[in-house]
Amino acid sequence: MPANRFNGQTEYGIGLGLRVPHYRHILEKKPVVDWFEIISENFMVDGGRPLEVLDRILEQYQVVQHGVSMYFGSADKPDRAHLRKLKTLVKRTKTPWLSDHLCWGSVDGTYTHDLLPMPYTFAAARRTAEKIRQIRDYLEVPICVENVSSYAEFHVSEMTEWEFLSEVVELADCGILLDVNNIYVSSKNHGFDPYDYVNGVPADRVGQMHVAGHTKFEKYILDTHDHPVLDPVWKLYAHATRRCGVTATLLEWDDRIPSFDEVHDEALKANAFIDGAKGAAKAARRAVRAP
Amino acid sequence: MSAVPPVGLRPPPRQAAARMNSTADLRRFQRLMTHAVVRPLAAGDRLQARWIDGRPMAQVAAGFIKPNDRLTAFERLEIYNRMYWFRLIGCFHEDNPALRALLGERRFGRLARAYLAKYPSRSFTLRNLCSRLEQFIGEEPRWTAPRTALALAVARFEWAQTVAFDGEARPALTTDDLADTAPARLRVGLQPYLSLLTLEYPVDDYVLAVKKRSALRSEASNAVDPAGPAARRRKAVAPPRRGRTFLAVHRHTNRLYYKRLGRAELLILQALRAGRPVGRAVASGGRRVRPDQVQDWFATWMKLGWLCRRQ
Repeated sequence: MPANRFNGQTEYGIGLGLRVPHYRHILEKKPVVDWFEIISENFMVDGGRPLEVLDRILEQYQVVQHGVSMYFGSADKPDRAHLRKLKTLVKRTKTPWLSDHLCWGSVDGTYTHDLLPMPYTFAAARRTAEKIRQIRDYLEVPICVENVSSYAEFHVSEMTEWEFLSEVVELADCGILLDVNNIYVSSKNHGFDPYDYVNGVPADRVGQMHVAGHTKFEKYILDTHDHPVLDPVWKLYAHATRRCGVTATLLEWDDRIPSFDEVHDEALKANAFIDGAKGAAKAARRAVRAP
Repeated sequence: MSAVPPVGLRPPPRQAAARMNSTADLRRFQRLMTHAVVRPLAAGDRLQARWIDGRPMAQVAAGFIKPNDRLTAFERLEIYNRMYWFRLIGCFHEDNPALRALLGERRFGRLARAYLAKYPSRSFTLRNLCSRLEQFIGEEPRWTAPRTALALAVARFEWAQTVAFDGEARPALTTDDLADTAPARLRVGLQPYLSLLTLEYPVDDYVLAVKKRSALRSEASNAVDPAGPAARRRKAVAPPRRGRTFLAVHRHTNRLYYKRLGRAELLILQALRAGRPVGRAVASGGRRVRPDQVQDWFATWMKLGWLCRRQ
């Protein structure tokens, strides 16, 4: 769905994560980039260089906020101080939508700073959806929730991950940031078909996609964001764009970060799959019109 | 170390519920897994073999985590346990380079694990991870002995740098703000990002030397050191000798700086921060302070943007 109510009716194209090693290049060379995704927490500060850099980026580029610590799935109530800071940043960036993860990572005010997988239960889905609604109402911006990569499954789960994701977004009436690399990583770690996952989520709620690289170990795959995107992930991305429509897509590269141009070139590879999806959609429309 | 309960985290349930019917069940589940994730690593960076109550960890893990055809429940939990500690220790290293140089890798590593075991993060941002390090060193000096006093000074200084980097800035005071009110009634604030430190060691020089040394080492990182490890150890920066030092850690045009202060300067600034009127704050600097000195100091502080309106 190119533009929908979950991504602020935007058509943002291919974006990159804004990362410190690239600051100088971006500020000096002003490369043409559709949009940048910022990690909200890096800019939820009260002053100093982070905000100076952000303001200079905002003068030139479209920016979307992506969070890593809202923990929609934590049983704790949303932290008011956290929300206030986030809202201040939302006003500064005018982000058309905001994303964070379908996970938990804190309890009793103690933070693990990890994206821990949810127990896929109806009770957890209800609580998570309730929190997403509360947070969206406070922030007054559309929210997309991102599926995480995971290394553990729980006995208590009552459904598959994609059923849980679907349940949450329907109850919360929010969007999905579909991370196809995370789907691929989890499919290998848990032994499911990643295409079942993509086919199982409500396509009309997908407001953004992520692609990234991962690392294979002997017994599991780790979501490391330190490699180019692997072929199976691109193939899954192609399938997802055909099913959900061409939407804002972002390449995540967070460790062992190469030059800006290398990261940008890797992200732009998505264009080939986007063109393929557009062509397929056009052909389908023609077929419908034919007598 | 493993016996120290993490501050702020409530005790875990004995086991996860077989069914999850409520938010309370979800909270109990999350408490159990959090305790497992933040549990200090055992030798070889492995998940501890025993749970808090002495039961086999494999049994506890199997109670709530499914195995798969390649990994046991224990091994799956271990992935999260290791990722947690590697992430936080990495952050601790980044935030405390001078403390690391002072203590050496091994002792610094032990300090990091002991601190994080007792004080896991209570903030949504890792920026605040070391906010209680000074307190911890004071509470448990064995991790830094026999250099605890110096380690305390270095930890305070490095935390002040974090505050200076991205702490709040308020609109700086202008001369017009000062002109309209008599010093006896005028109260001014100090920028929240400015830290005023009274230290028992001149750690500013030490930190500069450590930074210079690591910059040199980094430039030469591709070269083989013909002198070998013994010579490299000799080149380590010598710890400073004890000497009371008054410092302001601040930023200017968004770059970090530290500035030595005289005792009278520090006392006046502290009095201003405490909310005393300018006239009384100046008096707290002592009788030997000359009016022309005070004028110079205020001019410098204004120029650096340290003074702001009180809130």
